[in-house]
Amino acid sequence: MRIAILHSRIRVEERLLGESLAARGIEHEFVDVREIVLDLHDPSPWQRFDAAIDRCVSHSAALAVVRVFEGWGMPVVNPSRVIDTCGDKLATSVALVRAGVPTPRTRVAVSENSAIAAIEANGYPAVLKPTVGSWGRLLSRVNDRDAAEAIVEHKATLGSVQHSVFYVQEHVNKPGRDLRVFVAGDEAICGIARESEHWITNTARGGRATPIDVSGEVGAISVRAAHAVGGGIVAVDLLEHPRDGLTVGEVNHTMEFRNSIEPTGVDIPGRIVEWTLGLARRGWVRTPEGVRA
Amino acid sequence: MDTGTYTIACECPECGGRVEFARAPLNGEVVRCAECAVELEVTSTQPLSVVLAPEVEEDWGE
Repeated sequence: MRIAILHSRIRVEERLLGESLAARGIEHEFVDVREIVLDLHDPSPWQRFDAAIDRCVSHSAALAVVRVFEGWGMPVVNPSRVIDTCGDKLATSVALVRAGVPTPRTRVAVSENSAIAAIEANGYPAVLKPTVGSWGRLLSRVNDRDAAEAIVEHKATLGSVQHSVFYVQEHVNKPGRDLRVFVAGDEAICGIARESEHWITNTARGGRATPIDVSGEVGAISVRAAHAVGGGIVAVDLLEHPRDGLTVGEVNHTMEFRNSIEPTGVDIPGRIVEWTLGLARRGWVRTPEGVRA
Repeated sequence: MDTGTYTIACECPECGGRVEFARAPLNGEVVRCAECAVELEVTSTQPLSVVLAPEVEEDWGE
């Protein structure tokens, strides 16, 4: 058995995955996707791998490489449809709404004027997010019309083409924390609460992590959210809405977990490795949609 | 392999400080300089070499 760890930088998480594979006697290679060329007509250089774990930080790079591997029939964690959905906040919201999973009220507009209308319709404060990207970057809380006009004009003028899609979301007045639940297939394996004085509670921005019980509604709604985006092994971010209860903010497909292992006591890299090995044992499979997780 | 006594070091290209590794470095590994906090990427393990890590790009994330 040999597993590829696809990466564009090796962080603590990728190291832990490598160590977890090694501890099980499984051979692995770190594959830097910046250095490879994939010949769609010749999978033979890659057939030494039984499966791959995608850990690329770049959404577009991950999607491109995983699509090729899946096209050949190689099992990849996570599948491209999960990457495609989770890597785009609009695609995630569409999937959650379609599946009936509670998510903050979201409106989308593709021009400056309609963006202002979308913000006004959602009401103040509203949150403007880029549809691609993570770690709480370039999130804007819009408190009034003046701010809305300024931010929309700045995004339209200075932003890349991706910023021409205005993704406007209800600001959830959460109780100083949000929740992150790790899901593997049909099971919520553990979760943390991320607490912060700032309205962005991401641990990448200094949020503190404490363990939470995922046996009840929190786990159930997280599994539904994971299914909505295509399954696999993901991290679901939830907000506690003061009126509507639990609501899903986003789902992460190459989640960071270094700050969640110690508080939860759960071997998250071990669970990712076990999930991957389960797929790898099935071998390469050609299906019209790639390999099903 | 982490033996608990492993130490290898190189010079930070940003501040000239000493960048130490407690475990064998990996190509592509990203570390932070303890002196100037800049992110560094390992480009070679033998001999050990690091460069400034790429800036975060728009589509990077979890």
